Amino acid sequence: MAKSIDVSDLNIYYGDFLAVEGVNITIPAKSVTAFIGPSGCGKSTFLRSLNRMHEVIKGAHVDGKVLVDGTDLYAADMDPVNVRRLIGMVFQRPNPFPTMSIYDNVLAGQKLNSKKMKKSEADDTVERALRQAGLWAEVKDRLNRPGSGLSGGQQQRLCIARAVAVQPEILLMDEPCSALDPISTSVIEDLIHELKTEYTIVIVTHNMQQAARVSDDTAFFNLAGVGQPGKLVESGRTEKIFSNPDNPATEAYIQGRFG
Amino acid sequence: MSSTTEREKQAPRPVRRPGDRIFEGLSTSAGILILLTLLGVAIFLTLEGLPGITASPDDLGGKTGGKNFFAYVWPLVFGTVWAAVIALLIAVPVAIGVALYISHYAPRRLSSTLGYVIDLLAAVPSVVYGLWGLLFLSRELAPFYQWLADHLGFIPFFAGNPSGGVSANSILTASLVLAVMVLPIITAICREIFLQTPRLHEEAALALGATRWEMVRLSVFPYARSGIVSASMLGLGRALGETMAVAMVLSASGVVTFNLIGSTNPSTIAANIALQFPEAFGTFTNVLIATGLVLFVITFAANFVARAIVERRKDFSGAN
Ligand SMILES: Nc1ncnc2c1ncn2[C@@H]1O[C@H](COP(=O)(O)OP(=O)(O)O)[C@@H](O)[C@H]1O
Ligand SMILES: [Mg+2]
Repeated sequence: MAKSIDVSDLNIYYGDFLAVEGVNITIPAKSVTAFIGPSGCGKSTFLRSLNRMHEVIKGAHVDGKVLVDGTDLYAADMDPVNVRRLIGMVFQRPNPFPTMSIYDNVLAGQKLNSKKMKKSEADDTVERALRQAGLWAEVKDRLNRPGSGLSGGQQQRLCIARAVAVQPEILLMDEPCSALDPISTSVIEDLIHELKTEYTIVIVTHNMQQAARVSDDTAFFNLAGVGQPGKLVESGRTEKIFSNPDNPATEAYIQGRFG
Repeated sequence: MSSTTEREKQAPRPVRRPGDRIFEGLSTSAGILILLTLLGVAIFLTLEGLPGITASPDDLGGKTGGKNFFAYVWPLVFGTVWAAVIALLIAVPVAIGVALYISHYAPRRLSSTLGYVIDLLAAVPSVVYGLWGLLFLSRELAPFYQWLADHLGFIPFFAGNPSGGVSANSILTASLVLAVMVLPIITAICREIFLQTPRLHEEAALALGATRWEMVRLSVFPYARSGIVSASMLGLGRALGETMAVAMVLSASGVVTFNLIGSTNPSTIAANIALQFPEAFGTFTNVLIATGLVLFVITFAANFVARAIVERRKDFSGAN
């Protein structure tokens, strides 16, 4: 079910503004790939172009290719709605649907995808997804309470449960821990470790230690200068990027000398 | 308990800046002024209305058709609520649709023009709506009403006249005029609330693979629910109290009927007051004022119900 992603010559625009230029990268299946780099270099923008969430912003568009197991996401006959059903996303700030119960939050995606589900099937899906997100034990007695009543870390895991409930092929996470305390952060990092046995995971992080801890591969993005588009500087195995990067800018960033 | 109060006593008084104090004074007195006005109106209505409520039918010189106050006011209450509810049933779905189109579907240029036009509709005086309903709408609607009576006449709502004809000066026409009148306020409020839907929630839905309509259902409507209720209540308040347009359009005869297109219709409290007051004297004036008190109470009750609806789902409102 997990799939690899091949990106070639991708340029990403907001209107006329070229935000990210010329990305070429291969993201392997069933592994964790981390995007690091200074603020504003286009990590979120690039991540959102991987499930066509980029284009929900007015005027935003891309050119280039994004292949998921050989299928071009930006082919003319590709429906972005279907792309997003196959490629799930977790945002920087936890965003469970506030008016829905925990139970309904987990099933929100499922209800879009398939028309009718038996109650027992729905119960199973909810339990499986919440277990995968490591949240089952904490919420199993209050599934009918609103999702917005949980703590920040629990809400973020609820969002992960909601994303994995539809069994996507790829899971994109945009700084999923940046709004969380250290304990919740480590819970989610453990979770990412477990999820990669089933999903291809791409995670944006500001936190270098986190990238080193959770990822198999790392991609470093940087800005050539103010007003210039962001670029992928280098990518490769995480050990290599962190110990012996090819590009001096990568080394400087990782050692905390800028950014 | 006592130790806390003691500690509070010893705590230094917080610094109060003149600006804060002036503003607090201003806003407090504004709040008190509103309450006093409301209280004044209520006292006036009660004092002036009481003689009307207790008057015997004989004192009223046949003005109430020999009925006591409650028998007199009941068809008016019915007509008021009935006309307003139909108006809302028509106006709210349209308002939500228009607001949604403006906030989430229309291209930017068109949406601001549309918003402007809707706001203009709110500025049209009700007499103008009354003229429009009387001279234009009722004429245009007559053939449609006839069609309803011919084809759906078995439903009590569309029974028409016993003779088989219909009347275009019926409660349905009045409700349609009311619907047009309350549309702008409901639309304007809904639009504002729809536009405030957090981007975060919209993206949550889109990222799950929601289509635009599914996104609206998953994130916009739930967020806007209490706002839609409030907007509807404002519309209801206006529809309940609307006077001129109804007085001009409706041919009323103090009956209680669900028939929407017949020539005998219940009047509404406000329209009835406007039509009767110029020729009212003596105790009958008190009767009319007492009907006004009843309208006051109905409007209050409607607002309480709305609050209760919003409150009941508070946990799920997203405000936390
Ligand atoms: N909605 C938007 N409209 C226009 N420009 C945007 C928008 N979002 C981001 N950008 C621009 O795109 C560039 C990359 O931003 P972003 O992807 O958010 O960076 P990062 O996630 O690496 O901090 C920045 O120059 C930013 O100003
Ligand atoms: Mg970002």
